[in-house]
Amino acid sequence: MQNTYYNPADLKKFGDIAEFQPELAKKFFDYYGQVFAEGALTAREKSLIALAVAHAVQCPYCIDAYTTDTLEKGVTEEQMMEAVHVAAAIRGGASLVHGVQMMNKAKALTM
Amino acid sequence: MIQKTLKSAGHDLAEPTFQLRVLNTPVAGSTHYLPKFRAKLAEANLYPLLPTGIDIFQVNVGKLCNQTCRHCHVDAGPDRREVMQRDTMELCLEALRHSSIPTVDITGGAPEMNPHFRWFVEQVHSMGRHVIVRCNLTIITANKQYGTLPQFFADNGVHIVSSLPFYQQRNTDRQRGDGVFERSVQALHMLNAIGYGQEGSGLELDLVYNPAGAFFPGPQASLESDFRRELQKHHGIAFNKLYVITNMPISRFLEYLIDSGNYSDYMEKLVNSFNPAAAAGVMCRNTISVSWDGYLYDCDFNQMLDLPVAAHAPRHIRDFDVELLAARTIATDQHCYGCTAGSGSSCTGATA
Repeated sequence: MQNTYYNPADLKKFGDIAEFQPELAKKFFDYYGQVFAEGALTAREKSLIALAVAHAVQCPYCIDAYTTDTLEKGVTEEQMMEAVHVAAAIRGGASLVHGVQMMNKAKALTM
Repeated sequence: MIQKTLKSAGHDLAEPTFQLRVLNTPVAGSTHYLPKFRAKLAEANLYPLLPTGIDIFQVNVGKLCNQTCRHCHVDAGPDRREVMQRDTMELCLEALRHSSIPTVDITGGAPEMNPHFRWFVEQVHSMGRHVIVRCNLTIITANKQYGTLPQFFADNGVHIVSSLPFYQQRNTDRQRGDGVFERSVQALHMLNAIGYGQEGSGLELDLVYNPAGAFFPGPQASLESDFRRELQKHHGIAFNKLYVITNMPISRFLEYLIDSGNYSDYMEKLVNSFNPAAAAGVMCRNTISVSWDGYLYDCDFNQMLDLPVAAHAPRHIRDFDVELLAARTIATDQHCYGCTAGSGSSCTGATA
């Protein structure tokens, strides 16, 4: 057993999840491939969304993969960082908007 | 700051044999050999790799350059002294006279720094051949004498192909040196002013994108549209086409890959992205490359690795023979994965 939870080399082994359940893995990877293909959104736009989401879900594998992918698609460093700020703003906003719930409850309890 | 070339720094990677040894050895910390390029070609029914003809006569007129770019496969720079002499150029012209090769692609270093450059271009132009010059742009702004290059290019119908790694300063300067982006923009304005890159002028100005780091280029069409939009919007610059090129894991880019710890991942990715369609369209199949001292190679990369054309073909420009060269087999090694990954890579961009 490795002594860290995350190993960068594991990213390349993503496809190996099929070893334990091939059918579902195939369905997932087919779906994944289709999601990231050019569509109503460009592959470049999708890659940038993925980079932001990777930060929101704090997935080191996804950050690794989509930093490379966005660079390869010609996304600038400023655009990449702005995408991370979008993730941060949504996460921060998600906490803060619950402040209204807290206020509602506090007002209900207090005179 | 002017960086030293690998050669003048006495670096091991200045030696082609050392580079080939690195490329043919398991990556650090592994005993795993990457699959041989020739085996991949064989799987794609392309081994031995054969020419389809000779459409491009590429002449490397020397390693002298005013820049020392971090990715340079030539290890060119201001401290290099290898420059093609006029008698070798005469032999190139003689070879062209005895063939109907339509395109002559002049590269370096900065080819314009060769003292016989203008004479050579005029001679080739007068033979009615399509002349491509791989101009690094900044040479045009280097001094007053070079400032007349745009008009010279126009007068000789030169098709200009210029490296511009990105449409922003930071990425460009990191790869090509401080101030390169600004001077490149200045040169592009000079070229645009006399009609280069402008619709209907007949003066072609193409740009070359190559990644400023250890990653692959994205799709050519989408990068071309980004470049066109951004260069027009921020700098008022027009150009014809954008070629995207994968950085070749040799010479200074190999040094960068090793020093930055990216070598093994980059090589594995190149191998895993092998595309048979890109392999079928590699540029060495319709190109012959001539070195500053007149030797013949299958491409400019093989030239820098000192991998000459096959022994049964003529090996020097003085013995040039189109038929014998067209019957040769092409020399390949592990670096060739650089031209066959993904959409492929050549001096005219993607191949698949």
